[in-house]
Amino acid sequence: MTTLDERLGALRDGGRRALVPYLMAGVRPDWGRLLEALVAGGADAIEVGLPFSDPMMDGPVIQEAALAALAAGTTFDSVVAELASLDLGVPLVAMTYCNVVYHYGLERAAGRLREAGVLGAILPDLALEELGEWSAAGDDADLATVLMVAPATPPERVAAVVERSRGFVYAAARMAVTGAADGLGDGAAVVARIRAVSRTPAYVGIGIASPEQARAATRVADGAIVGSALVRRVLDGSSPEEVQSFVRGLREAIDHP
Amino acid sequence: MSVMGPPDGRGRFGDFGGRFVPEALVPACLELEAAFAAAWADPAFVAEFHETLRLFGGRPTPVTPLPRLSERLGLRVYAKREDLAHTGSHKINNVVGQTLLTRRMGKGRVIAETGAGQHGVATATAAARLGLECTVFMGEVDTRRQELNVFRMELLGARVVPVTSGSRTLKDAVNEALREWVTCVEDTHYCIGSVMGPHPFPWMVREFQRVIGDEARTQLEELGVGVPDVVVACVGGGSNAAGVFAGFADTPARLVGVEAAGGSAIGHGAPGVLHGMRSMLLQDEYGQIEEAQSISAGLDYPGIGPEHAHLAATGRANYVGVSDDEVLAGLTLLSETEGIIPALETAHAVAWLAGAAGNELAAGTTVLINLSGRGDKDVAQVRALLRGER
Repeated sequence: MTTLDERLGALRDGGRRALVPYLMAGVRPDWGRLLEALVAGGADAIEVGLPFSDPMMDGPVIQEAALAALAAGTTFDSVVAELASLDLGVPLVAMTYCNVVYHYGLERAAGRLREAGVLGAILPDLALEELGEWSAAGDDADLATVLMVAPATPPERVAAVVERSRGFVYAAARMAVTGAADGLGDGAAVVARIRAVSRTPAYVGIGIASPEQARAATRVADGAIVGSALVRRVLDGSSPEEVQSFVRGLREAIDHP
Repeated sequence: MSVMGPPDGRGRFGDFGGRFVPEALVPACLELEAAFAAAWADPAFVAEFHETLRLFGGRPTPVTPLPRLSERLGLRVYAKREDLAHTGSHKINNVVGQTLLTRRMGKGRVIAETGAGQHGVATATAAARLGLECTVFMGEVDTRRQELNVFRMELLGARVVPVTSGSRTLKDAVNEALREWVTCVEDTHYCIGSVMGPHPFPWMVREFQRVIGDEARTQLEELGVGVPDVVVACVGGGSNAAGVFAGFADTPARLVGVEAAGGSAIGHGAPGVLHGMRSMLLQDEYGQIEEAQSISAGLDYPGIGPEHAHLAATGRANYVGVSDDEVLAGLTLLSETEGIIPALETAHAVAWLAGAAGNELAAGTTVLINLSGRGDKDVAQVRALLRGER
């Protein structure tokens, strides 16, 4: 059991529905301040994007954020240095693509992330069948590898994916890349398939943009992940206070259904 | 694993290949793998594939002796004439196979990426023939560079979507096609254009292209040449090279892949993961993918098919780079000596041959060059380059 399993398990057992906002590291010079704003707004954990030049699973908003971060000179090293300097008090989960950690060296990348206080990692282009080398490095470093279940994942495969997922299971609400959408899509059905085989917390993401959607998601799941809607605001110049207020709105919708 | 046999159960060629895709695409890849394996073992499917290539695709393409070029270079050069295939390049082989497979899987739509437009035009062509809906993703930069090919695809009933993300070229068109595929895997096949992407694509596309090498092997026998000393082809993703190499992998022939010097994934790349595969990639010290630079849009790709990375690692094939200037000289040389205007991509192979003749290739060496495509699409660009306009 990883530290992330313990932390998120305790959250669930305490009856709290998790709010997990996403922010791209390096998207703005004040991104560390923005992380603090997410916590102040009521985030239970944060997905921190490490930019990659070719983000296959991301829609236009997070692509734009990745390119902005790379143009500003953001690197794996600069991200872990900044994260190590912050004391946020909530679990951090890195989200990036295989090549970033493969090129850095799997053990070295897992070790550096964990040293910087990151408790988990999501690599959307790392399918279950290719997990071996990375998950060994992650497990050794106490870095939880979070896997995704998609609406297209067949039932027999759901069990295998969930069994190998650490911390939580990412329940994709729709067959789409990241980006704002309407409603909960297939979120409820995907969560039900996860719940049928495991007690690991299931968090719904992909297209969750509004307080209403976050509320709907956390009625069926243990948590909600909000990415593009928040990153759009960051790209459009929202202040840390405005970002905090947006997250506060999500928090209130989740806590007061 | 035999040389150029099937990959292992995880889709690996040695250390390369695999299936690095989002979970949403895994079921579609598994379905495709099963469907292709069944189809390729089904004599009726294989017969329909070959018959379609014969009656529609213009196969078999001839092997042409190139006497004047041979005399100029002091070699014995033969050309496999993929430039004479329907739509003007080897791309038709792959799309005929994949569209027949699409229909067999009960899907009514294909999507594709394209760089120069050759694969897009070929896909639109094969889709039109089977009445499949077709959408082609093309970098916005390339839609401007290859305006006529955009119109060709539209004439063939396809929809062309300009890609405005990233560098707006081929690699971004692949990203966008993969993103689109996530939303429509149920009824849509991704007709990938080269021996790249997640398993089973690199294997499947090579199998659909091996008709090039298999035909050439027989044709050279019939010409009394036998197995050539050298087989050479240009390489972007590497489908024409994989196809011709497959026919000679079990012979002593030296296999040479020619990359653009500015897009040389084997020469200047490092192992990495992109577009669903582990292969050699142009990338910076943090694993960010770098843009390839080439005179030819078709070779403007920062990676290479995983089987080529494996053939390079094991030494079964060599990969070399040539400069844009050498390519232009190669194009002119083949045009003037043999009356064949090759595509800029293909001219890379000619350029290497011209440079190697009398150096690493001894006089009298027998060479099979794969003439992967014809140059009509590049004529305006070549005219501008030769007149010093860019």
